[in-house]
Amino acid sequence: MTFSHSKSTVGVTQSMANRVLRLLIVCQVLYSTIAFGSVLDIDKEEEEFSEELLLKPLPDRKVKKFRVKEMELSFTQGRWRYEQWGGFDPISSNNAKPPGVELWAVFDVPQSQVDASWKNLTHALSGLFCASINFLESSTTYSAPEWAFRPDLGNLRYGTLPREAVCTENLTPWLKLLPCRDKAGLSALMDRPSIYRGFYHSQRLHLTLTGSSSEEVDSGIVLEQTLTVVLQPSSWRTGKSYVDKAHSQPSWSISSIFGRKVGGKCVLAKSSNVYLQFEKGLVGELKNLQKENANPETNKLASKVFLSNLSFDLSVNPDKVFEEVDNFHRKSTSILYEFSVEKYNDSHPLDLGLAWKIPVFWSCQQAPLHASRFLMGSGNERGAIAIYLRSTELSEGLKKSDIVDQSCELRVNVFQVVPWYIKVYYHTLQVFVNQQSRAVADIIEKIHVSPSKDKTSPGVMELILKLPCGLESAAINLEFDKGFLHIDEYPPDANQGFDIPAAVISYPDFHVSMHFSEDGSLDKSPMFSKFQEKSLVLSYTEILLVPLTTPDFSMPYNVITITCTVFALYFGSLLNVLQKRVGEEERFLKSNAGRKTGRLSQLVSKFSTKLRGKPREPQPSTAVSSSFVSFKLILKILLVAGIAICWQYYFG
Amino acid sequence: MEAKKEEKLSKRSSFWVWVIASVIFRLILVYFHKNLNLSSRPEVSTPLTSIRRLAEGYWLKQSSMSPYAGSMYHGSPLLLSLLGPLTVQRIQGQPNHLLCSLLFVLADVVSAVLIRATGQKLQTSYSQSLKLLELDNLLRSSEILSSGDVASLVYLWNPFTIVACVGLSTSPIENLAIILSLYGACTRLPSLAAFGWVVATHLSLYPAILIVPLIFLLGYGLDAPPRKLFVQRRHGKGGDNPSSGSSCQQEELLNQSKPPLTFSWKPVMHFLFWASVWSVYVLALCSLSVKQKGGLWEMFERMNIILLALFGLYRSSKLNNMDKQVVLDAVPVFTYGFILTVEDLSPNMGVLWYFFAEVFDFFRNFFLIVFHMNILFMILPLAIRLNHRPCFLAFVYIMISSMLKSYPSVGDSALCLGLFGLFIFELADMQFSFFLFCGYVGVSLLSPVMHNLWIWRGTGNANFYYATAMAFACFQIVLMVQSTSAMLNHDRKLRKLSVTKP
Repeated sequence: MTFSHSKSTVGVTQSMANRVLRLLIVCQVLYSTIAFGSVLDIDKEEEEFSEELLLKPLPDRKVKKFRVKEMELSFTQGRWRYEQWGGFDPISSNNAKPPGVELWAVFDVPQSQVDASWKNLTHALSGLFCASINFLESSTTYSAPEWAFRPDLGNLRYGTLPREAVCTENLTPWLKLLPCRDKAGLSALMDRPSIYRGFYHSQRLHLTLTGSSSEEVDSGIVLEQTLTVVLQPSSWRTGKSYVDKAHSQPSWSISSIFGRKVGGKCVLAKSSNVYLQFEKGLVGELKNLQKENANPETNKLASKVFLSNLSFDLSVNPDKVFEEVDNFHRKSTSILYEFSVEKYNDSHPLDLGLAWKIPVFWSCQQAPLHASRFLMGSGNERGAIAIYLRSTELSEGLKKSDIVDQSCELRVNVFQVVPWYIKVYYHTLQVFVNQQSRAVADIIEKIHVSPSKDKTSPGVMELILKLPCGLESAAINLEFDKGFLHIDEYPPDANQGFDIPAAVISYPDFHVSMHFSEDGSLDKSPMFSKFQEKSLVLSYTEILLVPLTTPDFSMPYNVITITCTVFALYFGSLLNVLQKRVGEEERFLKSNAGRKTGRLSQLVSKFSTKLRGKPREPQPSTAVSSSFVSFKLILKILLVAGIAICWQYYFG
Repeated sequence: MEAKKEEKLSKRSSFWVWVIASVIFRLILVYFHKNLNLSSRPEVSTPLTSIRRLAEGYWLKQSSMSPYAGSMYHGSPLLLSLLGPLTVQRIQGQPNHLLCSLLFVLADVVSAVLIRATGQKLQTSYSQSLKLLELDNLLRSSEILSSGDVASLVYLWNPFTIVACVGLSTSPIENLAIILSLYGACTRLPSLAAFGWVVATHLSLYPAILIVPLIFLLGYGLDAPPRKLFVQRRHGKGGDNPSSGSSCQQEELLNQSKPPLTFSWKPVMHFLFWASVWSVYVLALCSLSVKQKGGLWEMFERMNIILLALFGLYRSSKLNNMDKQVVLDAVPVFTYGFILTVEDLSPNMGVLWYFFAEVFDFFRNFFLIVFHMNILFMILPLAIRLNHRPCFLAFVYIMISSMLKSYPSVGDSALCLGLFGLFIFELADMQFSFFLFCGYVGVSLLSPVMHNLWIWRGTGNANFYYATAMAFACFQIVLMVQSTSAMLNHDRKLRKLSVTKP
């Protein structure tokens, strides 16, 4: 497979008085061809605009009502491919999300009220976004990570719904939060068919309270909306021959990707820009190409020459070009082209396009380790979860650079939530480094486990792994038993299996940030401030699908009746055996017979008394016995009546 | 005389040979433990007896958390501190759980020896009472093999016991505690009986009902024919020749060795006293092992364990709030509440898991109460009818609880079958014994097959496995009912014989 893609980021920022709304639309355009080898080319197109607008009242009120300090909600479909689309840049570590719905929130309330606030928040969001976020209300679905997910956040709650289907009904309320909705500005690009046709799309809503710990009503709120899309180019969709395109870079334009053009900015927006980013790897590759093709003198020219070179053509000339200030002592740095939307209008829309002249191949920047997770074992009784970390070029680079000092180590945070019906045995934790089993205490620096409680809370595992730098691979292995649920707890398609939410792998020693310095005015731009924020490098692993055994759903009545029959058999037969009196029965029969023939009965009684050696009792007359019986009967009736009266008296 | 002694010696030595053989057999199986993978079989390891869960609880405890933090471990904290270290310690080049296995093998052997001793006691008292009733001819036919030997060998060589021992379930220890209490009561050692009873109850709650047979054992003495017979016999004798001095002397002698016809309160009081002492002791150990600084009032709080367990049904809904409460208070709820509310629905040999997986939620509490009441309801009728045979009464109680308990395992059935061997002569003319034997064999072969079909291959259905569990329950019911009926018939026969005898 040959993949190539370009990213375009569309951002809206609104700052009014003390509220800020920021929209960031990140589009990664992916072109795929079937061939041998795996090659990537990325150009990012980022677009950012800030708009003056009235913040929609709903999230605002919500923040105040539930005392949310920080919150992030994302709806995602598809899986971010860290190997192909990059894992070590602000976009992937901030915007790549696990499939389904992910929600985390930090509350500014006392510890005891956090859960109640969380429940209310999930219900409010569920109504707002037409999604089943309210399922996160149940304590079995959310957890309270302490340090491995995001450090030092206090009253954090984290919940995911891996199986939530994300579609336009979630996008529409999300767009409603924008001042111009999808009618004008960059959001007009949101052509639903082209977005949902892509490989990956994720809409994200990040809300931060800027007035830290102030209880005032007008504390600042920053609302940041991001849409990340990885799209297929339209040329591939039309079904051209893949073979001849195998090695040529796909050329693209906004209209070919989205099917629409940008027709001017939203009136309410403060600024509205489209950015195109050439990643470090691509820039380095292009420089190499230039070196090969041109003589050394031209190569010495400034990077601005770069934009009209031999390898590609931009259909629109950029307004500004920025070069990244190196932050990780690398040779090449990324380049950002800015296109201002303000110049364009409906009659003269912006249709940015990029055409490659020669084939270029490069690979994206990777996170220190590539994380994947898988299930082991077969059958529906037990299994094991394994998290496998594989070194990438970055960690290999680390190995080389730090070969001098031996104490080099790579720290990895692992945060994993497992639903209660996956009963994890934490004592079976095994660590393998370079395929060799290692003592858990050597590798794990810190561990926090809160084991799952049946039908109450999920199991949470937080780990800090301290891995040696020169490692090739590391694996964590945990065994589990599969639980058995009540028939009501199974979803309608029980045989499909259950999802284990994605684990979060982060690298506390690595932070990504991009500093672009071309002129000082940049600092004001929200897009750049977003880039400059130090963000943790984190990646999500795959969601696991665990099949659980199912009972027979059509059986409840049969099971109830059969089990109760067995109980009746037990009770009835045992009682029958206990009260059966063979000898007495015989005597009773005999005495009955004796009553009919008086002599015989007397003889028998005589005989029996002789046998017993007791003085013979006189045979009670029938009259006496009958009166005795009737007396007993009356006693019984009286007893029952007394009980009934008492019952009436006390409970009636 | 000499020949008889020799025969006895050879019998004894052959018994020990068989015991040693069973130990060797177990050790061989322990070495192939990895291949057999018995410890994860649902028949062997229930949520209460599984060694893996115990290891998890120990791990949690070692990492300074409450072992009951998750819903993994539900056993006793004492077992945790006894077996926990053994699950971690490894001997180089030996199977992982060798030390645990050795402990379980030891527990099995000790239980077998105790069963044998109990059996011998029972037999001597049986022959004595038969002599009293002058039915010696009945005795002669039964002196081929001692019932204690039979019972202990049945216990040791029962595949169920072997599987439970090699499969590392904690039921050998529970069984040992039960047998210890029975042995203590048979040898009239109230303190030992109380210790066994308290530990057994602490470990698995259901042996609590054994207090009735234990009190009968201590109060009335060992199993004997109905007391009425002795009264009649004595009466008859007294009536026949009251003047003969020699016979009077003989009668006095007899009276000395006869089973007491009246209930003697003294050992029972001793038993109750010791039971309270031991339970305080056990609770103190528990609170020590969960590392709570327990004051006196906390100790008293823990004394209410049984009461709490009964309330566990109702408190199960409030478990969410339990987190903040001290572990001390939570232990009974996490262990006994778990037993009573049948929270874990993983398949086992019992009848309750599938029922509670399928039953409608609003009937759940009702059926929980009904099913547990089924055990309790039968206590009184059985106690009335079988009060002259407390050991057999204990066997029937153990049988009932092993059948109706919420998480039964093969270990419980093993104990039942082992105790069944004690009454082999009384129950000689039991009905359906061949049918029952075939049933037991068939079910224990079919049940793993059905489990495999359902869980591993996915070609079967839950109903298949459930059907075998139902069949097993039915066989157990038939065995219990038939043995009770045979025992009552045996008493009838004795009465008839003693009555017809001049």
